Amino acid sequence: MSGPNKYQPTSAFGKWFHERLPIVGFAKDHMLDFPTPKNLNYWYTFGGILAVMLVVQIITGIVLVMHYTPQTDLAFNSVEHIMRDVNYGWLLRYMHMNGASMFFIAVYIHMFRGMYYGSYKAPREVLWMLGVIIYLVMMATAFMGYVLPWGQMSFWGAKVITNLFSAIPFVGDTVTTWLWGGYSVDNPTLNRFFSLHYLLPFVLAGLVALHIWALHVPGNTNPTGINIKGPQDTVPFHPYYTMKDAFAIVVFFMFYALFVFYGPNYMGDAVNYVPANPLVTPAHIKPEWYYLPFYAILRSVPDKLFGVIAMFSSILILLALPWLDTSKVRSGNYRPIFKGFFVVFAIVCVALGFIGSKPPEGSYVVWGRILTAYYFIHFLVILPLLGLLETPNPLPASIADDVLAKKKPMMLAPAE
Amino acid sequence: MKKFATLLIAGMTLFGGAALAEEGAKPAKGINYSFEGPFGKFDRAQLQRGYKVYKEVCSNCHSMKLLSFRNLADKGGPSFTVEQVKALAASFTVHDGPDTKGDMFDRPGLASDVFPSPYANPEAAAAANGAVPPDLTLITKAREGWHGTFNQLWNGIGGPQYVYSLLTGYEEPSAELEKEKPEGKYYNPYFQAGSWISMPPPLADGLVTFDDGAPNTTADMAKDVSAFLAWTAEPKMEERKQTGFEVLIYLAVLAGLMYFVKKKTWANVAH
Repeated sequence: MSGPNKYQPTSAFGKWFHERLPIVGFAKDHMLDFPTPKNLNYWYTFGGILAVMLVVQIITGIVLVMHYTPQTDLAFNSVEHIMRDVNYGWLLRYMHMNGASMFFIAVYIHMFRGMYYGSYKAPREVLWMLGVIIYLVMMATAFMGYVLPWGQMSFWGAKVITNLFSAIPFVGDTVTTWLWGGYSVDNPTLNRFFSLHYLLPFVLAGLVALHIWALHVPGNTNPTGINIKGPQDTVPFHPYYTMKDAFAIVVFFMFYALFVFYGPNYMGDAVNYVPANPLVTPAHIKPEWYYLPFYAILRSVPDKLFGVIAMFSSILILLALPWLDTSKVRSGNYRPIFKGFFVVFAIVCVALGFIGSKPPEGSYVVWGRILTAYYFIHFLVILPLLGLLETPNPLPASIADDVLAKKKPMMLAPAE
Repeated sequence: MKKFATLLIAGMTLFGGAALAEEGAKPAKGINYSFEGPFGKFDRAQLQRGYKVYKEVCSNCHSMKLLSFRNLADKGGPSFTVEQVKALAASFTVHDGPDTKGDMFDRPGLASDVFPSPYANPEAAAAANGAVPPDLTLITKAREGWHGTFNQLWNGIGGPQYVYSLLTGYEEPSAELEKEKPEGKYYNPYFQAGSWISMPPPLADGLVTFDDGAPNTTADMAKDVSAFLAWTAEPKMEERKQTGFEVLIYLAVLAGLMYFVKKKTWANVAH
C-alpha cells in the first residue's frame, strides 16, 4: 500500500486523472503486478473463492430482499412466494441458501490451510486476526440469515442462541430482552436480524479490504514458509494467479452447482419447512452444520455460563494463535511432528461437529468432553511445547531452489 | 497434504457410518419415483391421479395454503389444461368479500385462488381432529424418510417416501403396545412423532376411482398422492434439474478451457 506507483499513464487524460486520484495505478499495483510467490498450490485459491462467494451472496441477497417480507406472519410465505412465483426465485433462494454453506466450506479450508502453513506467524499476525474477526462476523451474519425464513428451526435456533446471553451474570436477562426487543423471540427480533443481516455483509466487505491490505504489506506466504528473496521467487499476480484462481473458482462453482440443482435441501434441516410455532418445540434443535463443533463445545460443559465461555473461547483462542505457536519454522511441511498433530486436530474438529449434531446423551457426552478438552489442549499445550521440543527438517535456501529441487525427481521419473 | 485429506475423508466416513444407525421412527420404505435422480421428471398421469386422491380424501381435513389452482396448469406439474383448471377451481367454494355493501359472500373458486382450507382456523381444525392436520403443500420437504449424513446424500431426504410409508404403514399394535394406546390414536410405526397418530387410516383399497383406470389399491393411491405432494412442495423441480444440467455442462467446458489457459500461462515458469 506504500511506495511509489510504477504506473505511467499514456494518455493526457490518464495523466491528468492519475495526478488527482491514482486509483488506476493502485489497482495495477495490487491486482495485476503484485509480486506473488510462484509456488502457491491450490489450497491457496480459497481466498479468491471466498471473495467471489461474498459477491454471490450479496447479489443474490439483494434481489431476494426485493421479494421478502420481514414480518412474522408473512416471512415464511414470502420465501415460498419467491420459490413459486418469482422468476428464477427458486434459483436465487437456493443459491443464497447453499451459498452460505459453500462460503463456510471455503472458509474452513482457508483457515486450515493457514494453520498448516503457519500463515499467522510474524509479520502476518494482524492479517490472521482480521481473518478471525471476518469469520466471527460471517457466523453472526449466517445465523441471522437462517432466522429470516421463520421456519421452526429458524425460530428455535434463534431462541437457543440468544438465550446463551442470559448466562451472563447479573445482566444476562436484561441483555437477552434487549437483543430480542421484547420478552421472547418475536417480530422485533426478526426485524432487527433482517436489518443486521443486510448490514453485516458490507461490514464483511470492508473487513476483507483490510484483510487484503494487511496481506499486501508483507505479501503472501507460500508452502515452504520461507520469505521471498528476490524476483526469481515471484510471478506477477496477473496473469499467473488470476488464471489459476479463475480455474479453481470454476471448479468450485461446479461443486456448488451440484448442491444448488441436485440437492438444494441436503445441507438444511427439513424441520425448517414447517412454519415457526412458539408452542411446539422440534425434537432435536440443532444449528446449521457449520456451527456444530462449537455447539458441541457449548454442550460439553455442564454449567451454562462456563459452556458459553468455552464456546466463545474456542473461537477467540484463534486470535492468540500467532503467539501460542512457538515454532520458528512457518510451514508444516518442515515440521514432522506438527504434521501429525495437525491431522489429529482436523479430525477432532470434524468429530466435534458430529457430536454437535447428536442429542447430548450417553457416550456422545463423554466423547464431546474428551474432544473439547483436546481442542483446547492443542492450542494451549501442544502448540507451545511443540515449537520448543520439535526438531524441524532443513529448510530450502529459497523458493526458487525448492521449486527446482522438486522439478528434478519429476524429470527423472516421468511416470509420477 | 494429500495424506491428511484422505484421513479427513476416512474420519468423516466413519462418523457418517455411525450416523446411519440411530433416531426413533422406522425408516421409510425405499420405494422409487419417476422424479428421482438428476434427470427425473414427474409422471403427469400420476400427478393427476394424486390430485384426485388429495381432493377426495386429504383435502377434507388438510389445507394446501401455498398452492393456487392455476399452478395445476403450470409447466412441470400435473399439466391440467386451463379449461380443466377453471372447472376444478369452480368445484370449490371460496369465501370472499367484503362486497360493496360490506357483506362477506361465497362464490365458486377461480384459477387465481389459493386452495381454500377446510377449517377456518387451527383451533377449529384441532377441535375436529384431535390435533391440527398439517398443511400439505410442503409436507414432503418438511419430513425426512431416513437419517444419516451419507444416506441422505446418496438417497435423498426421503420426504415422499415418508408420506407413502405413513399412509401404508398402519398396523395393529402388539398386545403389549395396545396397553399404552392413547385415546383416539392409531398405531403407525412410521410416524415421526412417536408411533401414535391422530389421523385414522385415510386410504382403503378402491376408495378413489381413477379416470384412466389405473390400479387403486391403498399402495397405488399412496404412491400417487405422495408424488403429487412432492410436486406441490417443489413445483420447479423439473426446471431446476434441466437448468442444472445446462449449467454444469457450461461450467465443465469453461473449467476445461480455464485449465488449458492456466497451463499455457504457467508453461515457462517452474513452479
